[in-house]
Amino acid sequence: MRAFAELLERLVYTPQRNGKIRLLTEYFGTTPDPDRGLAVAAVTRDLEIASAKPAMLRELIAERLDPVLFEYSYDYVGDLAETISLAWPSKPGANRTPALHEVVEALNEADKTAARKLIEGWLDGMDASERWALLKLITGGLRIGVSARLAKTALAAYGDVNVSEIEEIWHGLDSPYANLFAWLEGVGEKPSSNKPGLFRPVMLAHPVDEETPPDFSPDTHAAEWKWDGVRVQAVSENGVRRLYSRTGDDIAAAFPDILAAMDFDAVIDGELLIFHPERQTDGETFPVRPFSDLQKRLNRKTVSKKLLASNPAFIRAYDLLSHDGEDLRAEPFADRRLRLEALFASRKFDRFDLSPLVAFETAGDLATLRAAPPDDAIEGVMIKRLAAPYVPGRPTGEWWKWKRDPFLVDAVLMYAQRGHGKRSSFYSDFTFGVWTDDGGLAPVGKAYFGFSDEELKELDRFVRNHTKDRFGPVRQVQADREVGLVLEIAFEGLNRSPRHKSGVAMRFPRIHRIRWDKPSAEADTLATLKDMLPSDGGVS
Amino acid sequence: MTAYEDILRPTPKGLYCPPGDFFIDPVAPVDRAVVTHGHADHARAGHRAVLATPETLAIMAARYGANFTTTRQEAALGEVTRINGVDVLLIPAGHVLGSAQAVVEFDGKRIIASGDYKRRQDPTCAGFQVIACDVFITEATFGLPVFRHPDDRAEIAKLLRSVERFPERTHLVGAYALGKAQRVIALMREAGYDETIFIHGAMQKLCDLYTDFGVDLGPLAPATLKSERGDKQSFAGKIVVAPPSAFSDKWARRFADPVAAFASGWMRIRVRARQRGVELPLILSDHADWDELVTTIKDIQPQELWITHGREEALMRWAELNGIAARPLSLIGYEDEND
Repeated sequence: MRAFAELLERLVYTPQRNGKIRLLTEYFGTTPDPDRGLAVAAVTRDLEIASAKPAMLRELIAERLDPVLFEYSYDYVGDLAETISLAWPSKPGANRTPALHEVVEALNEADKTAARKLIEGWLDGMDASERWALLKLITGGLRIGVSARLAKTALAAYGDVNVSEIEEIWHGLDSPYANLFAWLEGVGEKPSSNKPGLFRPVMLAHPVDEETPPDFSPDTHAAEWKWDGVRVQAVSENGVRRLYSRTGDDIAAAFPDILAAMDFDAVIDGELLIFHPERQTDGETFPVRPFSDLQKRLNRKTVSKKLLASNPAFIRAYDLLSHDGEDLRAEPFADRRLRLEALFASRKFDRFDLSPLVAFETAGDLATLRAAPPDDAIEGVMIKRLAAPYVPGRPTGEWWKWKRDPFLVDAVLMYAQRGHGKRSSFYSDFTFGVWTDDGGLAPVGKAYFGFSDEELKELDRFVRNHTKDRFGPVRQVQADREVGLVLEIAFEGLNRSPRHKSGVAMRFPRIHRIRWDKPSAEADTLATLKDMLPSDGGVS
Repeated sequence: MTAYEDILRPTPKGLYCPPGDFFIDPVAPVDRAVVTHGHADHARAGHRAVLATPETLAIMAARYGANFTTTRQEAALGEVTRINGVDVLLIPAGHVLGSAQAVVEFDGKRIIASGDYKRRQDPTCAGFQVIACDVFITEATFGLPVFRHPDDRAEIAKLLRSVERFPERTHLVGAYALGKAQRVIALMREAGYDETIFIHGAMQKLCDLYTDFGVDLGPLAPATLKSERGDKQSFAGKIVVAPPSAFSDKWARRFADPVAAFASGWMRIRVRARQRGVELPLILSDHADWDELVTTIKDIQPQELWITHGREEALMRWAELNGIAARPLSLIGYEDEND
């Protein structure tokens, strides 16, 4: 538990991705099995551990600390696990701290009463940092800024293998991953990827360089729309059905409607989207709805009947990676595409359709198409070399994405926050707003990139010279109709959002240009911004 | 019978002793002040006369200039000074160099104004002394049971381990210029770190002062871009100690991919450390933690406990549970954020 607690502590305070990877690989190198594997499972949320209810923990601390003093403490700290870990009185002569696997095994075997006794004994014997790690582990609140993807990346770095190799076998592995570590350390075979239902690491595209677009031709390339949803992989093999995100996370629990429709034996690469059930026609089976309607269904453990009915999901198929047990990934795209079309011609699917190819003659045609797509739910075109096999990662010269131009709006800088790490002496996170009818500014987004180091220095200088107020690391800057800095903000789309005061939320906002020349009063209004909303945005 | 309030009482300018006609740590200029220690919220310039330890007087002179007061009166630790018939004895408080508790005796009654204090050993100042009294006046900066400062040596070991782990980065240690900075440096020396430690310009005078009073800080050098020989310094793998405010300053940009460390009792609370963008929190405090506060009150067993500043409601509650008469003084002007 000592090493695990120290790892969590360091991860919590390390903002940089590379720093986190380094901490994890060091931990893998110095921690024996099964503890290191259990730690991975804890981070990727694959750990099976009997959980503890907050009410029980409150009872335990109440036996040791006056409830009034506890409430003062909890008010101050604001986090139950942390408050208890700090306020728990140490007990000299208590038992030694258990190893991580001892905690997991003992808890999984214990009934409620025994679990309570175990937890009590451990808390007595631990220091504050170990107590915190234990409480986070058993209350399931392990929010330490490490995604499953990052954990896999760290494992790949530890074994010096490509992360797609880990992703490919991941879902066939079980905690505590002893066979995985053995392979990564060169003392064991690579765990097999023959199990049905495994994830196939995805193939990704490069953006088209606008200045010198490649020499696209219909003889060598195919084009299709880039739909504005979530890239997924639907795997249905030997009765095993899985729905994976593009990083290999299983998201099936939130999409029982898709899973129920996977009555085939194939691996389909496609776009997860939401459709309008009431606007279905013979010509258009799945009229696509805005991304915000899909967002409501993402990141859920379960989904209500109501939401399933109001926001039904489907998959628009791009590619076929396997069919009836035959791995097609080494085949050229043109052949895979024929197989995919044949599959869709052979029968009707409930929640799947085929992403149509887009006809073109020249690269110029593609430039026109991506700039003015026929549907709000299209964010550009994808171009694929006909001879390209399906290769994990982002191979060069095979697939391209050519996005439509971003939306642009002129907003006024309102607040700036200091960054982290290398940027900790710079105000580098910028909140901006647009004018409202009553003459005020409504914050509409936050951007922290899109500018050069040189521009960052200038922005930082502006913030320091125009500070009106400070709140911890945040500065409010002067922003009125006379003085204010106009930022041209580029963003990919706009959603209605009742959670934001302005009523809208931007996707992927970044600073496109700093308009030092533009008077603040001439920045855009909220009404102008709202005109950019998709016509049917917010239907739920 | 003289009531305790007739010997010391809270006023807007600070604790006032009517028979002695002096204030303890006044927050506004007065005729006669007794100053417990050199932190700015306790030791202000502009009093006509100041009684304090030689170290505290030297610190005030270093910070405010030689004319910070008209009359300086030195009282060494353990020395009694009679002011208008009131005996004032200064004894160690263990907070920073020269810090003292003011023991005030009048008419057979004894009140101790302890200023800021801690109980653990500190290589840069004399340890807290326990003396029995009728009224003990305590701070409550860390007066919540969640504040239990860990072992200093383990915290310093954390820093030194991180320096080993990231030899290409600069470790920037935030520490208040008076007391904390010198203690952090002295603790690193105790742990065997004998390389040059770089310091922010704002700390130079106080580090020199500590050295003059016999506190060995080892080799120090200014954290300027060019060394004394004129070479450009990279600071990679080095430790730089600076006041926390310097982190958000343009000054901090000279360092290679700095690891932001901060030595403070507040680092115990994770959100506070993260809000400040701290990567390496070092829980090192010059104030008593909850256990030290409670132990001190039990050791001294005063008739009455008066609580000056901090989280007094929790300490009041503890006193109530333990049958100790206690009252908050609600003094204003003391900052409990600086540690």
